[in-house]
Amino acid sequence: MSETAEATVVVKEPTEPLFSSKNKKLLSDPLNDDNPITIQVLGICSALAITVQVKQAVVMSLSVLVVMVGASLIVSLLRNLIPSRVRIIVQLVIVAALVILVDQVLKAYMYEVSKQLSVFVGLIITNCIIMGRLEAFALANKPWRSFLDALGNAAGYGWILIAVAVVRELFGSGKLYGFQVIPEAFYDFGYYNNGLMILPPMALITVGVIIWIQRSRNTKLIEEN
Amino acid sequence: MEYVNIFIKSIFIDNMIFAYFLGMCSYLAVSKTVKTGVGLGAAVIFVLGITVPINYLLENYVLKEGALAWLDPEFADVDLSFLSFIMFIAVIASMVQLVEMAVEKYAPALYGALGIFLPLIAVNCSILGGSLFMQERQYANIAEATVFGLGSGVGWFLAIVAIAAIREKIRYSKVPAPLRGLGITFIITGLMGMAFMSFMGIEL
Repeated sequence: MSETAEATVVVKEPTEPLFSSKNKKLLSDPLNDDNPITIQVLGICSALAITVQVKQAVVMSLSVLVVMVGASLIVSLLRNLIPSRVRIIVQLVIVAALVILVDQVLKAYMYEVSKQLSVFVGLIITNCIIMGRLEAFALANKPWRSFLDALGNAAGYGWILIAVAVVRELFGSGKLYGFQVIPEAFYDFGYYNNGLMILPPMALITVGVIIWIQRSRNTKLIEEN
Repeated sequence: MEYVNIFIKSIFIDNMIFAYFLGMCSYLAVSKTVKTGVGLGAAVIFVLGITVPINYLLENYVLKEGALAWLDPEFADVDLSFLSFIMFIAVIASMVQLVEMAVEKYAPALYGALGIFLPLIAVNCSILGGSLFMQERQYANIAEATVFGLGSGVGWFLAIVAIAAIREKIRYSKVPAPLRGLGITFIITGLMGMAFMSFMGIEL
């Protein structure tokens, strides 16, 4: 009896175009209305520590993008094979293997940056963004949709990271991507770099201000208390 | 004396939250009331105090270059350090599973309150971060590593209890609407971080 009931429930999903409006939303929502950092509050840990210089932030965003897209695709392909009791460990192993690859590539080709990022490359493994999206999305969706979701969320993470890094590097050391932006003449007139910007607390306050700006432009995001 | 120094340093100067932002996700999500904050903080102290020494042993007797020499002199030039991420996270994930089972059995009320966040300690950056800092800073012996692990846990505990207490009170204040909730929490954490910076340079 129960077998026949189950059989009738299976309905063939209609095929949809690769970039239907629903799929485009997966890509665009995380950039603003559903941003992983400012709205979902995921992946803050690494987002703040490596935003002193734009270069580090760019490398970090790209690393997260690669790991996240790879992990989402793999988990999504395996989603029917992973027993739900051990899924966290399985996901961690998949992510850890990808992070080791990224770490080795960074050490081989960008040794300086890899030294500056120190433990934070390893911490991509426990970046809540990756685990959060794997749990919430890739485990229940097809590979193509998971791929788009991962791409969107990694981009949403990346732009906040780079925005914070631009503010901190510009005001903290007068440079952008390692090049001097604020002219020497300013310093001759008594302009000083704001040393506080380089210190950890200002990263938190910069993100706080970004959240403030975002929510005053989009009032439906405001929380109760 | 060396131990006291490491302990104080890891609590106040190298505080996991204020100096390195590790474990921010659960710090922001579970700090709505003091009670859940205390529960999660205690779990973090416990897990850090166990995993850091275990990973210290792994690092020094299995993973480091030449660490396998105790097994056979032939292995003296084997370097397995590229495997450290995966080994550390495996130790952490299994320890967390253990803590989860213990809490479920002995403190069901706490288990109910912590809900989804207990399994997520496995992906709490402060736990893996503790092991990675231990690896980077090369502590001299296992006792120093344990003290460092416990100290980092206590620092994290202090931070989450403090922010939870402030958030309980701030409900009665007039915060500008777009800053409510997440925004003001970020800014308060930043200010607390500045306060903690005044501990910098203390030597015992």
